[in-house]
Amino acid sequence: MTGIETIAADVWIAAAVASPLAAACAMLVLRRWAAALGVLGSLVILGAVAGLAHQLLLLGPQQLVVGGWDPPLGIRLRADGPAVGMAGITGLIGLFVGIYATAYLRPLAASPPHGERLFWPLWMFLWAGLNALYLADDLFNLYVTLEVVGLASVGLAALARTAAAVAAALRYLLVSLLGSLAYLMGVALVYAATGTLELRGVAAAPVGYAALALMSAGLLMKTALFPLHGWLPPAHANAPAPVSALLSALVVKASFYVMLRLWFELFAPLIGPATAHLPGVLAAAAILWGSLQALAARRLKQLIAYSTVAQVGYLFLVFPLGLAGGSLRPAWGAVLFFILAHALAKAAVFLAAGNVLKAFGHDRIADLGGAVQQLPVSMFAFAVAGVSLVGLPPSGGFIAKWLLLAAALEAGRWGYAGVLVGGGLLATAYIFRFFSHAFRFVPESVLCCGLPRRMEGCALLLALGSMALGLAADPILALLQIGLPETGAAGAGGAP
Amino acid sequence: MTFDNWLPLSILLTSLIPGALIFMIPEERRGLRTSLNMGAAVLKLALVALMVWGVRHEHVYETRLPLAAGLQLVLAADALSVLLAALSSVLWFVTTLYAIAYLEHSPQSRSRFFGFFSLCVSSTLGIALAGNLITFLLFYEMLTLTTYPLVVHRGTPASMRAGKIYLAYTIGGGALFLLAVAWLTALTGPLDFTGGGVLRRFADPHAGELRVIFFLLIAGLGVKAALVPLHGWLPQAMVAPAPVSALLHAVAVVKAGAFGIVRVVYDVYGIQFAAELGVLRPLAVLAAVTIVYGSVRALFQDDLKKRLAYSTVSQVSYIALGAGILGPLATLGGMVHLVHQGLMKITLFFCAGNVAEGAGIHRISRMAGIGRRFPVTMAAFSLAAFGMIGVPPMAGFISKWFLAAGALAAGEGWVIGVLAASSALNAAYFLPILHTVWFKPPEGPPPAAGPTPRGRLEIGWMLLAPPAVTALLALTSGLLADAYLSPLWWTRLIVDREYLP
Repeated sequence: MTGIETIAADVWIAAAVASPLAAACAMLVLRRWAAALGVLGSLVILGAVAGLAHQLLLLGPQQLVVGGWDPPLGIRLRADGPAVGMAGITGLIGLFVGIYATAYLRPLAASPPHGERLFWPLWMFLWAGLNALYLADDLFNLYVTLEVVGLASVGLAALARTAAAVAAALRYLLVSLLGSLAYLMGVALVYAATGTLELRGVAAAPVGYAALALMSAGLLMKTALFPLHGWLPPAHANAPAPVSALLSALVVKASFYVMLRLWFELFAPLIGPATAHLPGVLAAAAILWGSLQALAARRLKQLIAYSTVAQVGYLFLVFPLGLAGGSLRPAWGAVLFFILAHALAKAAVFLAAGNVLKAFGHDRIADLGGAVQQLPVSMFAFAVAGVSLVGLPPSGGFIAKWLLLAAALEAGRWGYAGVLVGGGLLATAYIFRFFSHAFRFVPESVLCCGLPRRMEGCALLLALGSMALGLAADPILALLQIGLPETGAAGAGGAP
Repeated sequence: MTFDNWLPLSILLTSLIPGALIFMIPEERRGLRTSLNMGAAVLKLALVALMVWGVRHEHVYETRLPLAAGLQLVLAADALSVLLAALSSVLWFVTTLYAIAYLEHSPQSRSRFFGFFSLCVSSTLGIALAGNLITFLLFYEMLTLTTYPLVVHRGTPASMRAGKIYLAYTIGGGALFLLAVAWLTALTGPLDFTGGGVLRRFADPHAGELRVIFFLLIAGLGVKAALVPLHGWLPQAMVAPAPVSALLHAVAVVKAGAFGIVRVVYDVYGIQFAAELGVLRPLAVLAAVTIVYGSVRALFQDDLKKRLAYSTVSQVSYIALGAGILGPLATLGGMVHLVHQGLMKITLFFCAGNVAEGAGIHRISRMAGIGRRFPVTMAAFSLAAFGMIGVPPMAGFISKWFLAAGALAAGEGWVIGVLAASSALNAAYFLPILHTVWFKPPEGPPPAAGPTPRGRLEIGWMLLAPPAVTALLALTSGLLADAYLSPLWWTRLIVDREYLP
């Protein structure tokens, strides 16, 4: 065997984290070339993740002990199915959003000189943080990466420099710091109780429950689960479109991903059916409230941001479905698949909304008549991605919802099945509320500016990706399930 | 994979790929768009003809693609699927021709229209060829999504409102259907459509649940099939351009619902088993109510397309009625009406479109003497209307005859009353139109000619040929009902395979 099989997995793992960092540093020096370096760096990272995925399929989960120092002194990174899946979707979305940003941020760079030059290094730091977070294998490194992700995101959210954006970013900063703090206190408690930072089960002692509560609260804040979602809509709606796409598609998923790891690996022995239903109830409320707010939104980007609040709810259905008497594997696969589907669709929708904003000069939904005629490609992308958000076939969103629905019905959880179906109806309502304006026939052109082709192309490709995901679900699900935590499977949930 | 494995998928792709390509064609490249449209329609006709031949000779055509655990995309051809596939590919061909002429001067994007038009036909063929409930669900939802842009094509406030109502009904129905399919799958695991049904072996502990699921499925399908009280969207959707209405009423949306009911009754539950569960009688009663209700409402409409729409509500339920009565004759009458209703109703809508396009007339009260101005169009209209009433030897007579015979054989005498009442009502709302058109003197100054260029013909040939052809098809499938490969002959084949396993 020659070729990439001979490259050890740790090279790929190291490259996935180090190349965005290197790119970010290079950009700080070579400011002029930031955009070119960014696109180049994206390709390199995507290549590293692809190599890692290949290794994973061949050899199973991989790990890298940085510098040969074992924990607790050194850092250990682990690449299993979920980590590689998350890094993969981040790579795909990062590449297309980056290409989009090269066009979108141009005028912004002309007036205040910072827009584009700040975007790239911040985004590369964010990307390094995300990849490290997916691969991190102990509580403290998860904390560090969470902090990197949080700070870089706040910087990106403030990039638009309008009063609204800065205020939203400040709020985001406070929530993010508070969340990290709560998480860190939990880590301290776990360390005091067990003397280790590894993701292994903690004993069912009061200190364990306190850690569970603190860390979960911190992560719920960062993930913006109802009722802790207040910071998200202004932050996501006021950021520049490529940033909104990254924040909504990837960043909220990162803290959820940590929560997933914690509940299924670290805290599995502590979680009984009643505890597992708590996020389930919040999830149902999030789906309902987010959708209603999206229905009432006046601006397109606001609508999409509230849609994220609703869709975050679906993620948390994994806890009742996977831990309260149901079977773990299907629910876990379903939620990871949901993350991928939502990430692609939401990024596409935000990019399409960015096109609307650029072409119309505003995004007031009621005044967007004629959009379908005049921006057919962007609107087609919006529609295709919208279908995935709603969860209609044959999109990735449909497969994800079907898997969740099947898990709910098999466990006899009718309430959650109702939430899934009802949430789909509400999503249809808010997506098509937009289209009922956009389809209006307006005889003459109302656009203020033309769009570079790649802005429409990137939105369309991501939208088609969310559709293709549904048709290629089988191999992707198989990859996502490599190296799932078998510990604490359903049994820990107190299955009868 | 052999050619036989690929044929169902290829049939789907012959409109899916052109559909995607048409989106990219610039507005002014009319010739390119037209040739792509017609080329795809001809290719599809040829492939479907091949499939008809193959199914007749017991070939097995099946495409199987795994989607995810427990989810398989199955496209398969049995005699029933070929019935709908053949109907839709023939009617697609004529409707495309008609639509090209009809929308020539429309200010809205024609590339968008024909793109979605092709996707809509792909969905219909997907529904026809679906080999299990999940595949059916997939195309059923895709049909909803691809018809929405057609319904709101004009972008006027009226069409936006109609589109909203249309979506509210169909997405709601789709959600019920999804829930039912997911529930059934949770109970039984994935199941393929099988002649004679597959659920009997699950009856022992699950009979009660199966009953509930049956009604959920019927409710989800009944929205598109416009069963009362789920029919509200259909008369609203009339604001769509005439070719869209024609397609919606004859092959696409309404037929998808009716076809789904047939599938669920015969190939999921099995009609014997459904009768044992006691779910057939309610279905038949619901269909009967819809038949009478639709006809009564049609009586009071002055807008021609609205009257036709209520007539569709009524006529499509003959198919559900056939499925609700146990016995081969009723099955025959119901299933053959899938084709017969399609041929007759598409003719009526083409004719209504011609009158609207050529003379700007939408109301029946203004159609006095219009037969002189549109002799061929109105002759086609009259033929189809007689068919709807059930006058021999038109196609509609055949359907009603077998339904009545089947009801008698099953001991459901009340159905005869429903059929008689419905025929009387059909006559009551169609004959006055014919009287107005042929025998009343034209009133007022002749209406201004529409934008369609007029030569020696009453209206452009591409608008005239489609209704003439479909009217003749409706006539011959009644006149030569027993001929080789007639709709009735083919339906006999299905019924034989269903009742004699």
